[in-house]
Amino acid sequence: MDWMVAHFAELVFFYLAGIAVIGAACVLIFRSPINAALALLCTFLAIAGLFVLAHAELLAAVQVLVYAGGIMVLFLFAIMLVNVRVLPEQPQFMRKLLPFVVPAAGALAALLLVAIWGVGHLPLGDLAALTSVEGVAAGNTEAVSWSLFMQYLLPFEVVSIVLLVAIIGAIVLGRKETPGEGA
Amino acid sequence: MTNPWVVYLLVPMVKIVVILGAITLAAAYLSYFERRLVGFLQIRLGPNRVGWQGVLQPIADALKLFSKEDIIPTRAEKLVYLSGPVLIIVPALVVFSVIPFGPPTNLFGLLPQAIPPYLTDINVSVLFVLGVSSFGIYGIILGGWASNNKFSLMGGLRSAAQLISYEVPMGFAIVAVLLMAGSLSLVSIVEAQRQAHVWYVFPGFVAFFIYFICGVAETNRNPFDLPEAEAELVAGFHTEYSGMKFAFYFLAEYANMVVVSSMATVLFFGGWLRPFPSWGWLGFLDVVPPVVWFLAKVAAFLYCYIWFRGTFPRVRFDQLMALGWKVFLPVSLANLMVIGTLIVLFGGGR
Repeated sequence: MDWMVAHFAELVFFYLAGIAVIGAACVLIFRSPINAALALLCTFLAIAGLFVLAHAELLAAVQVLVYAGGIMVLFLFAIMLVNVRVLPEQPQFMRKLLPFVVPAAGALAALLLVAIWGVGHLPLGDLAALTSVEGVAAGNTEAVSWSLFMQYLLPFEVVSIVLLVAIIGAIVLGRKETPGEGA
Repeated sequence: MTNPWVVYLLVPMVKIVVILGAITLAAAYLSYFERRLVGFLQIRLGPNRVGWQGVLQPIADALKLFSKEDIIPTRAEKLVYLSGPVLIIVPALVVFSVIPFGPPTNLFGLLPQAIPPYLTDINVSVLFVLGVSSFGIYGIILGGWASNNKFSLMGGLRSAAQLISYEVPMGFAIVAVLLMAGSLSLVSIVEAQRQAHVWYVFPGFVAFFIYFICGVAETNRNPFDLPEAEAELVAGFHTEYSGMKFAFYFLAEYANMVVVSSMATVLFFGGWLRPFPSWGWLGFLDVVPPVVWFLAKVAAFLYCYIWFRGTFPRVRFDQLMALGWKVFLPVSLANLMVIGTLIVLFGGGR
């Protein structure tokens, strides 16, 4: 029992991390796009749980709100509009791409090794910055908004302009040219 | 009350059981009140045979639904089909873990020390409520798709479009309150209204109006009940659901109505505070326990829901989209800017 209490956070971490990894693998394995989308949803939720474990409550809430509640719904919306019940029978494995498997797997393995090496060798970020504003203890929300709107205001605004460009681009591409309304 | 088993296990467990039981019962009885009220609005009686004035009708309905034949369409995607009702009822009930029903109370001296009647208060409560309740859409969209029925699919798709569209202005309306309160915790928002000596509905009536209309749209209720428009779509996304699986969809809709009403109460109408909490001569109103004030306000909103259903015709889908994107979105953004400017000018440098 004492062991359980002492290692509770680690147990939860491995549980959530397992769900995240298995869900990510299932996204690739499942043939039905709906099932793959649901597996992705599980991954998103598990990652939100990991954020909570790391004391980033705001990030967890935003993860659920934006990714699980918004983006995945739009994914499902798009998937349902195509006739998915036919797709899974069609061949999905492209033999032409077989020679590229080895370099791709090698690159992934190298990335993984770098990540594992980095855990032990790279310095950790300032964990206190998650819950403090200029050294004063505050909530995670306050800390995030402080760095977003004070420290990193310019990059934040630049990103919002990039997103605006993307939105306008999508509207221009998606708009149907109707005669009489053009230009 | 220092034993960790009591503090961390027994007390939360009791609260969870009480809250779940109360919400389920409230949702069931809401259907009774809806049928009676709509009956009166339409100059007929409504259900009045089971028990005195029909008060046992929800119990009879539940028994009927339990004992009905449970049909799974042969061409349905079985796993997704079965998970639909679960996916909609779980978020609808989980949200109640952060709704503050009242201040800490010792139940008229029954308990040795005051404990809060709500399950927990987290510092991102508002986002938690928005995030978890936006999750209920999976029950609708997946249930509609997995039924393998064109009416269900149309209902699910309509619902997805509607919920995504109305979440945006609803979020902006809530941000206006967050600016005034300076906190994301629902308990702190109520306390901030006590300290500000005013319910936020008075400075933020535009935000309240937008929030409540969007709340009606988010719960798929009249006049925005297009996902289940019976004249066009049979019953929309739950056409193929029967027995208890249908009852879960039904229960979740009513539980979501209670969620929207509770959030409106907490964000705009001072939660458990009595009317005009700063006016001393209204002090006699404190005789009424805070929880009763909270429940009375929630009941008033629920009455509005049913009133709308008895009054308004259903909007068309293009009207629905135009209202969400072309009216509510710009108005809520403008409202946000006005309130933000006023807070910067007069709010005293928070």
